[in-house]
Amino acid sequence: MVNVVDSAPPVPKVRTQRAGQPGAGPWIRRVPLVPALLFMFVVTQIPFILTLWYSFQRYNLNNPTAPRDFPTFWNYQQIFGDHVFRIAVLNTVLFTAVPVIASIVFGVGIALLLNRYVFGRGFLRTLIISPFLVMPTAAALVWKFTILDTTFGVLNFFLRPFGLGSENWIGVHSQLTIIAFLTWQWTPFMVLLALAGLQSQGEDLLEAARVDGAGSWRIFRSITLPQLRPYIELGVVLGSIYIVQAFDGIYVITAGGPSTDTTNLPYYIYETAFQAYDIGRASAMAVIVVIATILIATVALRVVSSLFSDEGMAGR
Amino acid sequence: MKRQSRTVADRQAKPLTRLVLGLLTWIVVLVFFFPVLWMALTGLKTEPTADTSTPHFIFTPTLAEYASVWKGAGGLNGLPPYLEHSVLITAASTLIVLLLALPAAYALSIRPIVKWRDVLFFFISTKMLPVVGAIIPLYVIARDLHLLDHVQLLIILYAAMNLPIAVWMLRSFLLEVPREVIEAARVDGAGLLRQMRSVIMPIISPGLAATALICFIFAWNEFFLAVNLTTVNGATVPIYLVGFVQPEGPFLAHLSAAATIACLPVLLAGWAAQDKLVRGLSMGAVK
Repeated sequence: MVNVVDSAPPVPKVRTQRAGQPGAGPWIRRVPLVPALLFMFVVTQIPFILTLWYSFQRYNLNNPTAPRDFPTFWNYQQIFGDHVFRIAVLNTVLFTAVPVIASIVFGVGIALLLNRYVFGRGFLRTLIISPFLVMPTAAALVWKFTILDTTFGVLNFFLRPFGLGSENWIGVHSQLTIIAFLTWQWTPFMVLLALAGLQSQGEDLLEAARVDGAGSWRIFRSITLPQLRPYIELGVVLGSIYIVQAFDGIYVITAGGPSTDTTNLPYYIYETAFQAYDIGRASAMAVIVVIATILIATVALRVVSSLFSDEGMAGR
Repeated sequence: MKRQSRTVADRQAKPLTRLVLGLLTWIVVLVFFFPVLWMALTGLKTEPTADTSTPHFIFTPTLAEYASVWKGAGGLNGLPPYLEHSVLITAASTLIVLLLALPAAYALSIRPIVKWRDVLFFFISTKMLPVVGAIIPLYVIARDLHLLDHVQLLIILYAAMNLPIAVWMLRSFLLEVPREVIEAARVDGAGLLRQMRSVIMPIISPGLAATALICFIFAWNEFFLAVNLTTVNGATVPIYLVGFVQPEGPFLAHLSAAATIACLPVLLAGWAAQDKLVRGLSMGAVK
């Protein structure tokens, strides 16, 4: 049993330096933290403050000398009347929730299969982690041009015997394409988490259940699934943090299209800032995204916090 | 991860069930692995064998496209300068991360400060904030400091991107150092540096390597910051990949060869250290 957060030793309440322990004072304990905290503050917090500041300006790089009217709510008014922004919000939810759920289902399934005795198990385990390791940009290019392409793609070749040989995956089924790509990328991560969970369950308990006459499904539902729960929750939290920011696959495979079908918030902000050069409006969108993230992350952090200090998070 | 012997379920399953499940495992895993395999295979073809609507599964492999990716061909640049940037940026940012994270993790584990929990969650909260929220000021600041398209810029940003993960991971490894060993060293008169060098470092060096591996994977594969802040002089391998795609003319073999080279370092490192991956990806929560 390992408690990641709670296993730190009790912190001495004494604020003065204790004799025989040079450098034990509370202030000197903080010194090793200073460089890392300072670095993180400068690189991550200052830009956010600037984003907030820009969001109240009419600032377009195409017209840098125009008056910026600081402070103005113009950008926010624009966004609330912008139907593409609403589409982008919905797409972000879609492209986060579905891949997270799908990759967990596949991940648990594959982990259950790999947790049995299979010929070449080590080899299969090595293969299954590959989609996660592969550079997302490279994978997206390979998917787009050599697999999903209507004419040259190998997927349509495999589907031809089933009468589906000329499907335009990227142009017509663009949302499905993005969801499939993200699920493929993140399934290995969930496999690894689920395998860790499965390997922490005691064989004796399973043996006992079997002796008592429990069937496979019963054992899975009553023993394995509860055992896996903290691992699945961790997968949901960490998976969401990363997948909500999905950009590489969308940029390469669909470029947000056709029309705005696969435009999620990161991609829409990118377009507004770096193609329309509307710094003010892009910043206002970023501010809204950050506020939404803080709200969601507060909940997520509570889950993480309970997970990391929970005795359930055990491994070998 | 421990290699298990046959489990209860295995022993009880009928031979036919075992065979079916075994086959299913192979099929599912191979389906997931297929895009990676297809990428590597297509890279070994010539352009005329690669660009066909009926794919060739049997062909004479050639390294010609790999060579042309390396040297550059048909008005396209070669890969080496981008590879150099990627190696430099990844290595330097990982080094910075370790130098900053190790002392921080120490102050959050072995001799923790009073508010260690708050600090730990400050680090992780920076990972939750989306990068898009910072990209615009980063672009403006970098432009004003003349850092756009310089390797230094990505080194700093990738260090910030990976530092929280490294702090969490290293902390989980430092917590495993037996308190008595450190105490014993101190009683014997070993100073902090001495304790660090001869007691703590040997124990956590596998953890340090795992942390470096995770930083390496994320920095090597990063695209969003790179595409917005670099073009040529500081551009990394992913930028090279998206840059040369030109839908006119046959290019599938060339693309696949370049993509394979781009993926190879992380694939090899990840395969070699697969038992360390879970712990790194879960930031030390799962061992």
